[in-house]
Order: sequence, then C-alpha cells, then structure tokens
Amino acid sequence: MRYLPLTDDDRRAMLRRIGVASTEALYSDVPEKARLKGAVDLPPVMGELEVERTMSGLAAKNLGAGSCPSFLGAGAYRHHIPASVDHLIQRGEFLTSYTPYQPEVTQGTLQYLFEFQTQVALLTGMEVANASMYDGATATVEAVMMANRVTRRSRAIISGGLHPHYREVIATHAKFTGFEAALAPADAVGNEDLAKMIDANTSCVVVQNPSFFGHVKDLSGLAKACQAAGALLVVAVTEIVSLGAVTPPGEMGADIVTAEGQSLGVPLSYGGPYVGLFATRDKFIRQMPGRLTGQTVDVDGKRGWVLTLSTREQHIRREKATSNICTNSGLCALAFNIHLTLLGEAGLTKLAQLNHATASRLADRLSAIPGVKLVTETFFNEFTLKLPKPAAPVVEALAKKRILGGVPVSRLYPGDAALADLLLVAATETVSDEDIAAYEAALKEVLK
Amino acid sequence: MSEIRFSKDHEWVKLEGDTATVGITVYAQEQLGDVVFVDLPAVGKKVEKGKEMAVVESVKAASEVYAPLTGEVVEVNAALSDAPATVNEDAMGKGWFARLKIADKGELGGLMDEAAYKAYVEGLH
Amino acid sequence: MTAPANGAPQVRTISGNKGLQIEEPLIFEQGMQGRSGVDLPAIPQHKDRLGGLKRKSEIGLPGLSEPQVVRHYTKLSQKNFAIDMGVYPLGSCTMKHNPRLNEKMARLPGIGDLHPMQPVSTVQGALELIDRLAHWLKVLTNMPAVAMSPAAGAHGELCGIMTIRAALLAKGDARKRILVPESAHGTNPATAAACGYVVDPVPADERGRVDLAAFKAKLGSDVAGTMITNPNTCGLFENDIIDIADAVHGAGGYFYCDGANFNAIVGRVRPGDLGVDAMHINLHKTFSTPHGGGGPGSGPVVLSAALAPYAPVPYVVHGANGFDLVEQDGKAFGRLKGFHGQMGMFVRALAYMMSHGSDGLRQASGDAVLNANYILAGLKDELTPAFPGTCMHEALFNDEFLDGTDVSTLDFAKAMIDEGYHPMTMYFPLVVHGALLMEPTETESKDGLDRYIDVIKGLAKRAKAGDAAYFHGAPYHTPRRRLDETLAARQPILRWKPEAPKKAAE
Repeated sequence: MRYLPLTDDDRRAMLRRIGVASTEALYSDVPEKARLKGAVDLPPVMGELEVERTMSGLAAKNLGAGSCPSFLGAGAYRHHIPASVDHLIQRGEFLTSYTPYQPEVTQGTLQYLFEFQTQVALLTGMEVANASMYDGATATVEAVMMANRVTRRSRAIISGGLHPHYREVIATHAKFTGFEAALAPADAVGNEDLAKMIDANTSCVVVQNPSFFGHVKDLSGLAKACQAAGALLVVAVTEIVSLGAVTPPGEMGADIVTAEGQSLGVPLSYGGPYVGLFATRDKFIRQMPGRLTGQTVDVDGKRGWVLTLSTREQHIRREKATSNICTNSGLCALAFNIHLTLLGEAGLTKLAQLNHATASRLADRLSAIPGVKLVTETFFNEFTLKLPKPAAPVVEALAKKRILGGVPVSRLYPGDAALADLLLVAATETVSDEDIAAYEAALKEVLK
Repeated sequence: MSEIRFSKDHEWVKLEGDTATVGITVYAQEQLGDVVFVDLPAVGKKVEKGKEMAVVESVKAASEVYAPLTGEVVEVNAALSDAPATVNEDAMGKGWFARLKIADKGELGGLMDEAAYKAYVEGLH
Repeated sequence: MTAPANGAPQVRTISGNKGLQIEEPLIFEQGMQGRSGVDLPAIPQHKDRLGGLKRKSEIGLPGLSEPQVVRHYTKLSQKNFAIDMGVYPLGSCTMKHNPRLNEKMARLPGIGDLHPMQPVSTVQGALELIDRLAHWLKVLTNMPAVAMSPAAGAHGELCGIMTIRAALLAKGDARKRILVPESAHGTNPATAAACGYVVDPVPADERGRVDLAAFKAKLGSDVAGTMITNPNTCGLFENDIIDIADAVHGAGGYFYCDGANFNAIVGRVRPGDLGVDAMHINLHKTFSTPHGGGGPGSGPVVLSAALAPYAPVPYVVHGANGFDLVEQDGKAFGRLKGFHGQMGMFVRALAYMMSHGSDGLRQASGDAVLNANYILAGLKDELTPAFPGTCMHEALFNDEFLDGTDVSTLDFAKAMIDEGYHPMTMYFPLVVHGALLMEPTETESKDGLDRYIDVIKGLAKRAKAGDAAYFHGAPYHTPRRRLDETLAARQPILRWKPEAPKKAAE
C-alpha cells in the first residue's frame, strides 16, 4: 500500500528485535472476544485513479455554485480567491505542520498567526484578537460565555437579526451549560428594540451587523444602553468583506466582535471548514478563549513569537479553562491572512465597494419585477426580497434553470408562515451583468 | 507580636492584631517557576479557611492559592499586576498577596510554625 | 550565550541572513499605501445604500504586490518543521503522512465550490459523500449512528457529553458527576465542567491503566458517565475496558470514549464491541486530514443506539427519493455549529479510507503499533520506559534516565530539534514525571526509525556523560533559538501596532 513504507522483511526484522512472534501479539491486552480476526466488511485498497473516479462521480451529481449564476449568502459567500492563496497554503511546511508548541521550529506559523490577529483587530476596530476558532457561530457562543464570566451574570439577549444557526448554537449551549438565552423574534424588517429587553441580570446583547436579513445599523445607541446596564455588546459579522465599507463594530462601541472569516481565502466547501474570528478589548484578554500568539525575544535578542497566556486553555487549566477548544482553524486563518495581504487597504476597500455596487444594482433590477418588494433598505451585499408567493418553491424552480437564486428564509425559519415569502439574495464581485440578466429573466418566468 | 505560620499548601500568614498578611512561600514560587500573573480577590470578599482565594500563574501552570484563615479581604497587593516577578524575588515580603481581617485567631493553631514547615518541605522530597 | 559545542565559528553576514535562512519582517513593516496584489474592475454606477454607515476610518492594512506576498509566505514557510520534512513523533497527535490525493479531491469542482445553503436537490452527491463516510465510520467502530457536525475532537467531546446529558434528562435526571482518569487530555475535564458536571478523577494503577477497583468504588446513582481514552494517553490498551463499560452501565451511566488514539486499533478492534456509547474520531489524526498549523480538524462522534435519538442537527438521511439533510429535529439536543460540518475534511478522510481499503487500514494500525514498539525496544535500555511491557501506537518514557544530569525533558527536546526531528510530546500525560511520549505512526520507514533511535540514544548518552551545558543552550541551528515565554506572558504583545508619531522638535 503506497502510504506504508514497511516491507514484510522489515516487519519480520522488527518483530525479532521487539521479541514477539507477530504484530497480533502486540494486541494481547485487547480482550480476546473484541479482537477482529480479519478485515472489516468494507472495500479493499484502491489506487489513485479509482479513488478519483469515485469522487468525480459524486461531484458530478452536484450543481456547483462556482459553475452557474449564484446569489447565495446566509452566512457563507462566494468570492474570488486569488490563485496564489491556494498555492501558498499547500506548501508542505504550512499544510503538514502542527500547532506551534515548539516555537523554534514553527516561527512561520507563529508569525502568520500574529499577522492574522493584527488583521482581525484592525478590521473589527478592536484592540486584540485570537488565533481563530472553528467558525462564526461557535465564536459567537464563546463570546456569550465569556460575557457571562466577565459580568458574572447569566442572561444573554439574542437579536432577531442574528443568523438562525448562530441562535440555535447559543440556545443549545444555554440549555446544556447553564445560562439563559432570551431569543428576540425574527427581525425581517429591522426595527427590533433590544435595549428595552436589558435587565440587571443581562450579561450581553448579541446582534449581527449587517443582520441576517441584510440590514446595516448604527449600534452606538445599543452600545450605550448595554454599558449603562453593565452588560457587554457582542456583535457578529457573517460577511467579513463588509468591514471594507461599513463602520466597524469596534467604532460603534462593541465589547466583543465575532465573525465568520470564510469570505476571505476560504472556499465554500459545502459549509466547512471555515474560520471563526474573535476580537475584544485588552482588559478582557485573560478571559478570552482560544489560542493567542504573542511577541517576545529569543536568547540572542532576536524578535520572535510564541503561543502565550496558555493558562487560560484546557491543556493547563483543565476544568477551569475559558474554553475546551484545542484544534482551531489554523490553515484557514493562513488563507484569510494571505488573501487579505494580497488585497491590502486599497484592494479590500475597492472589493467591498464592488460588492455593494453589484448588490445595489441587482436589488434595483429585481425589485422592479411586479410583485417583488425590497425589504432591506440599508444593506451591504445581501438583502431580503418579499415575493408574491412562497420563496422555497421559487428557489427550486430557479435551480432547475441552473440558477442558484438565493436562500429562502423558510429554510432557516421553517414553520413561520410570516417569513415564507422572504428570499435572501446576495451578490458579490463574482456576479456578472450576464448573471444579473439571467436571474431577472428567470425570476420573471418563475413568478408568472 | 507578629509570628509567621505556614499551611500545607505552602501559604504563609503573618498576623498583626486582627489583620493577617498572606502570601506564598519561597518553596512554592520555586516550584512554580517565573510568575507571570496573580489573580487576586476583590477587596471585601469573604474567604474561608482552606478554600480558594487567589490564583498564581506561571507560563505552564496555574495554581490555586487557598485562604489559610477565614476572614474578609481588606487589602490586596495591586503592585503585583505590573510586577508579578516580585513573587519570585521576595515571596515572604514584597510579594505578599492579600491582607485579611480574620474572624477566629484560634485557627492559627492549625498551621505550622517555621521549624515545622521546614521539616514538612524536606519530607516532600 | 553558549557557543555551539561543535566549535563552528559564528558567521556574520551583512544582511543577517544565513544562506537559506532568510529573515522576514511583518507585512505591516513592508506595506505601501495604495499598493495591492489584486486587480479589480471599475466600480459601476449604483445607488448608495449604506445608510450613512460607510467606513470613514482607515483600516490600517498594508499594501503589497503579488511577488512580495508570495516571497513573504514562502520565507515564513521555510521557518517551519513539517511532516513532509521528517519524523514528527508527537504522541497523541498521530502525525502521519498527509496524502496529496486528498487535497486534489477536496478541490474538485462540484465539491469544493458547493454553497451550504444550496437546495438539497442540487447537492445529492455531497450528501451521498457524507453518508458514505458515515458508513465507513460506523462499520469501523460497529456503532449504529454517527454525528458528523463537530468541528474538532474537543467539539466532538462536547457533542458526546451533551448527547449523554440529553439522554439522562429524557429520563428525568441529568446526574452530577463524570469520572475522568487523571491521565486524561485537558479537553476531557474542560468539556465535562462546561456541561455542568463535577469532574471526579480516577487514579491509574502501577501498570498505567485505570484502577478498576477504584473506578467501581466511585460509581453511584449520581454518575452520568465516564470519559476514557482507549488506548489511553500512556499508549496502553485498557485491559479492563469491557468491565469498566459494564460497571458504568450498571450504575445507569454512559461511556464516552476519547478516540484520539484510534490509530492503534482501526480495523482490528471496534469500540462498539467494547461497550462504548459515544466516541469522537479525530479525522485529522487517524484519517490523515492535514494538521495545517493547528487546524482545521473534524471530530465526528459515533453513537450507540441508546444515544442516537439525541444526536444534534443537522444530519443526512437516505430515503426513497434520495438524500436529505435534516435540520430540525425536536429530539436532537440541539445544534453545535453553523452549517453541516467540515465537508472539506470529510472528502479528504474518505479519499484516505478508500485508498487504504479495509485491508490497508488494518495494515496501517498494525504498522503504527509495530513502529512504536520498535522504538520502545530500541530505546528502553538508554531511556526509562514509564510502564513495563509492550505498548500500543505510542511509547511513553519518564525522565528518570536524566536523574543527576541536570538535563530536563525540555532541554532534551530542544536538542532533538537540532538533530532534525520535531520533539515528542513532553510533560503529557501529567501522571508520568517529565513525560516523553513518542508516536511515530505507520508512515515511518524502518531505516528512518533506525536513524531516529540512534540519535535519541546518542543524546541520552551525551546527557549522562555530563554535557548539560550543551542541552541548556539548545537549539543552536534554528531561525530562532529558545524564546522568552515568561516575557511574552508578563508583557503580552498580541498584535502589531503602528509606532506613535514622534513629537515635533522644540
């Protein structure tokens, strides 16, 4: 088998050296009845060609969002990733390296994580960021748990504009780790008033900006209300490119900012692996979850980096750790780092403008279709449309025409009749004028 | 008259009137290595003998510091937040952690005197 | 600074570089305003809909061209050790070869470019792939169900403990304690505590296994279950594992197995046959998905029939009309992350499994155990094994062999670096003093192991010969030598900051 270097001669020689008769003898601690006599009932070894054929067969049964007009958002966005990114992350020294526990031989990883932490802090307008979490949803629930620790309170107010998956993850943790999640109803119109829900037991208010339905809001008023009550404001960002055009949460008064970093450098990949971003203020660093890379010097006085403040983490603090997280999303953080480095200030700003321009033009075209109403007036690259009939069947009909026309809100809020006609539509820089024309024509057709 | 007493968890106590100053011993800081952070209790917090009062962190470990006596925290050593190394340099003096107003001087009887602590530490190896 | 023991002269260059070892500043120290490595089209006319919330402040990101960016990351990569370069014997991490076929498969159009919220009718192949991987995992473990969504091992532990808690709540009593061996990885007690359980530590016996009598003595009607790693963190198979499972079941609790060491037994032992109720599998360990500098991972959790109903959403089902993704289920304990799971890692793991096949996987686990025992046999006279007898896929030593040398496990590890090896896991498990845990995996050749064994023996001899100064100063040949971790923790600098503008001269 091509990945196994040992030959039968090797094995014989090694067994002699060890002093046992066979490899099976090394499993003598396993209860006899639990030792399998032969291979399990699964296919035998396969060469590369056969594996490729099988996988290609599975791939052929899918309609890739990269191969047709696609307007899907709802927390994951199709962006163009420059060719260099994928080449660089596949360098073996990045791909097959491990967590930088031995800093002398992992300065490459540590330096890019330090750069990543800086980029995340700059984008979000915050003071400090960690070296990544699994995704935006888990980063957000970690923020809630951190807010509970910091404020010593246990009630989190969850916006109706937060991505439903993020809400579900928070509700799940609330039930099993012992805090209260007060979920505001779905806020399609964008007019919820969360400040009036804050009470003396509120640890945090969690909002998303731009919201799940696309609304972009000024959160400074809410930030002040939180501060007055001794609660923290947690802001989640699911489309990180928006921070190239929109005032960042740090400048609006957020205490913790979480985000999904997938839009930069990370392919859609049917939902994972993605990369969670987590940023906060300096005064909270000892309560932060996740790995942190810090700057220091070596014995020769040269600048270098190490993992630091590790006493927060599970491998040292065990049951008193700030989080149980160990493995994070290192390679995705590298992809994010490289993509953002290629863009730079000028590139990200322009990319964000391009996204907004494309979405704005699309919104004009679609809302001009009879019966179609634009619900979101202020948005970045994603908005909500109200259709004259339920959105889910419309999306299926568009898919048959090879157009991925958006995400029906009912997919994430099933059983809520008031939301059944709503369609989430996103447009990034990957949407061409031809795509827009095709979508407009197809939607008109389907709505006839 | 102030006399130093020691707990089995390597805390020291110096009683002056009703106020007890608490810290960790030279042996404790040696075992810990370079101290990087001390998580001190809030002033006003009520602590119980034998229960966690503070946490002292090195690069690779975090150790609980237990209250050697029951009482109320009246002062903490704020200087440690900028200079945690003081715990290593002067554990018995400037590296003190907190001052407690104690409830029951009788509890002192359960702690070791200097000679007994020295013998205890030697017995640990 | 100690001079290198081989007496080589210190070469001074003008640039500070040393041949292929090239210094590389931060991107923030090389940026120029206005420059970019990406060309974008002109912004078309459009109506501004940002509602006055357009970002006014500069972000502060540096601008570099593509050639500069490629050079930057290429130079950074050259400062890393990796599996692709040499032996990376980190115990419990399973640093095996990462096949490049897996990378190619993950990038296939129709797989890598699928959006998670596409209609299910457009992703039947993706759901079939997940279902197929789930099938392999269930057959390999003899378990009836598997939760695919956890993003890593620790996340899988959270999934397992929440499932157990849900099952107990359905019976009306979540219970209070979880029994965890003292040798457990820190994620185990962290996970149990996060779910509101009190962690009750179980001691090991003198053979390094869970003390069965002590374990049974701790059982009671308030025990929700136990979290046990098997093979355990000392690299040993828990002989009494079936008795342990029976005992905890008898008390009404559940058996969570930490599957980090599954590589020792894949295709030879099935956790379902041992009485396991839930076990996470680290696809980035046993099934070769790349470690990538610390992630991403994937931690699916196989589940017993008793726990299966409480598995989290979403999950894939196979019906008469094809595959579907269930995203709402009243009985499920909830949801653990956004979207459906680490699809990119599923593809890689399935490609790995299909490549090996059932016979290849069995051969791989056997070779992993053989390699570890070969190292143990080769080193047991010069180093001190922590426990008597043979081991599973990893060999554990304590630091007794260094007694009197003034060389610590840490010093020993730093000297290994100069020899071209990544150090083994050090100081874990906590139950062994100065632990050195070596896991070669099955993808090391006999020749490579022979060289490794010779070098480790040589280092041990050097330490015993009294050359402590050499070890204290190691490593000597890396881009950076020993770094000041105390300084990093006392004065945390966690990001680059622009220099404060200089004050104007008087």
